[in-house]
Amino acid sequence: MLVQQYGLIGVFAVIAFIFPIVTLAFTWLLRPKRPNPLKNSTYECGIETVGDAWVQFRAQYYLFALIFVIFDIEAIFLFPFAVAFNKIGLFALVEAIIFVFILVVGLIYAWKKDALEWQ
Amino acid sequence: MDLRALGESLVAMLENVGIPHGWVLLINWILGAVILLGVALLLAIFLIWFERKIAGRVQDRLGPNRVGPYGLIQPFADALKLLTKEDITPDKADRITYNLAPIIAVFHIIMLFAVIPFADKVVGANINVGILYLMAFGALGAMAMLMAGWASRNKYALLGGFRVVAQLLSYEIPVGLAMLTVVLMRGSMNLNAIAQGQGGLFGLGWYVWILPAVFIMYFVAALAEGERAPFDLLEAESEIVAGYNIEYSAMKFAWFYLAFFLNTWVLSAVAVTLFFGGWQGPFAAQIPALGVVYFFIKVFIMFFVFAWVRATFPRLRIDQMMSFCWKVLVPMGLALFLAVAIILKLGLPSAVTYALLFVVNIVILVVTLKLLGNYTRDLPKNKNKRLFAPELPRL
Amino acid sequence: MVGQILFIIIAAFTLLMGLGTVVARNLFHAALFLVGVFFGIAALFILLEAEFLAMAQIIIYIGAIATLIVFAIMLSKGMMGREAGAYNKQWYFAGGAMIFFFGLLSWLLVKMPFAATNASVPDDAIQQIGSGFVGHYVVPFEVASVLLLVALVGAIMLARERN
Repeated sequence: MLVQQYGLIGVFAVIAFIFPIVTLAFTWLLRPKRPNPLKNSTYECGIETVGDAWVQFRAQYYLFALIFVIFDIEAIFLFPFAVAFNKIGLFALVEAIIFVFILVVGLIYAWKKDALEWQ
Repeated sequence: MDLRALGESLVAMLENVGIPHGWVLLINWILGAVILLGVALLLAIFLIWFERKIAGRVQDRLGPNRVGPYGLIQPFADALKLLTKEDITPDKADRITYNLAPIIAVFHIIMLFAVIPFADKVVGANINVGILYLMAFGALGAMAMLMAGWASRNKYALLGGFRVVAQLLSYEIPVGLAMLTVVLMRGSMNLNAIAQGQGGLFGLGWYVWILPAVFIMYFVAALAEGERAPFDLLEAESEIVAGYNIEYSAMKFAWFYLAFFLNTWVLSAVAVTLFFGGWQGPFAAQIPALGVVYFFIKVFIMFFVFAWVRATFPRLRIDQMMSFCWKVLVPMGLALFLAVAIILKLGLPSAVTYALLFVVNIVILVVTLKLLGNYTRDLPKNKNKRLFAPELPRL
Repeated sequence: MVGQILFIIIAAFTLLMGLGTVVARNLFHAALFLVGVFFGIAALFILLEAEFLAMAQIIIYIGAIATLIVFAIMLSKGMMGREAGAYNKQWYFAGGAMIFFFGLLSWLLVKMPFAATNASVPDDAIQQIGSGFVGHYVVPFEVASVLLLVALVGAIMLARERN
């Protein structure tokens, strides 16, 4: 049963990956190719680029990514719990509530420390 | 016409001819994959026309109306143009990553079609972890955009890439929490099973009636996940020109464009499956072909709402958007999850449970809106004045 | 038979990607190779019929961790376009250590009597995982939550220090 389903996904993955490559190769045959230095320069609203484009941005973005990782893992832990929910007792519910509550503490901490603030 | 039966009869036919079982399976899978790919591509072409037409109507324009009746051939003309356009790769770009990014973008979005239940059992792969599959391949999109932003070696593209991560990752949490609550209701992550669980006459069993607040949370977060206005900050033509796909042209740009429309369609399809009964409708369980029709009607209505919102609302600022996710949607999602879990364990008769769930949903929604309203009203006095002070977009 | 061929293909892919991660000169490329490794491992989980693990692998390791790694590279000063050599002065030492551990692990794998059975994965495997979380394995489950909390607090502390 499982093999049936994932076999299709595997075949589909191969086809879905090859298809855009084939299309891009196909357009390579069709399209004109007339590059010149100006055309191939980095676009910056018609102005010449100043310095390298790989400049450093603010680390603010990183903090959000970190908070995301933590909540993502929490969600993954809760999915099997949700599936098994009908079969488990009241005590299990209390355990899950404690699990979520510990992370709510984390969210409140992040909130109070202004980590959720976009500065 | 039962698609699954059609597949089975095909298997039987091929086996009668004398082809070994393994090869028959492989042929079956390849056929299924090609059909799904075809559906996705046809949809993309139609959706581009559909959305442009809606946006035209909403904004008192005509939309495409020159090529073919009602401009229906327009997307084909666009596709032909994009196929034959010159493809410009910036000299400074990192070539391999630059070319790989659009491929990954299309790959991840097409992969999502494998688990969408178009009708009862008419689904590419009826797997038990369908919801997680959606989350898994959905998350690949952020990676593709990050690759595009980095490989273009362009400041705007890089900034767009950063915004992608900030936005898509953040809003994945409310989407995940909404899905989690639905899984809690149904006790299964199989998408077909979730659609099956919402039977009942005249759509009374749809989860949108039982969990309205969860649906609204999903919808708002899906707007952000689909990079649509009012959350289209990572494109933001007026600020960062086009974001991560600024250096892309011709077919590579077309792949990002296609991924964008298909992404919205998949988000609509998931919304319909989770909250609007999926393929459920009169006699849909008996005649799967009817289920396909119901499903597509519902998804297109959902897509219409997405397009309508996009054509109507102005764009948010990035600090507003991030605050809204982490300070409004995530706490609301956690509260809804806990409330639903507790109510389901109370052991009340099902009618009372559903009524109670509905009431609690409405209460949580009203409280959230009230808190939000108070906050917005008190903003001038609030210490967080900078939240609404006009300022230049930050790098 | 088909399963073995698939395993060899996927394992070869995973190992190639792993090799790419180590020898890539550009840090960003190394991170992308790492994504390939994670994908290969997810495919191996599928071969083992552990669908939940496979999806969790993709969601957490590709969707979250790899994105975080790419992000860290992009946000560290001067790291983004840096070409770093794959070798440094201690490469022969690292190579020797690697060969030693490879030998040790291979020896263990050969010697270890694995209790292999042909039992198929039950249909309600995910349900059993869920019941396990709040039943037999409740302590690790709750400790995981505390661990996540500590990680969150630590991340915020570090980020605030810089400001």
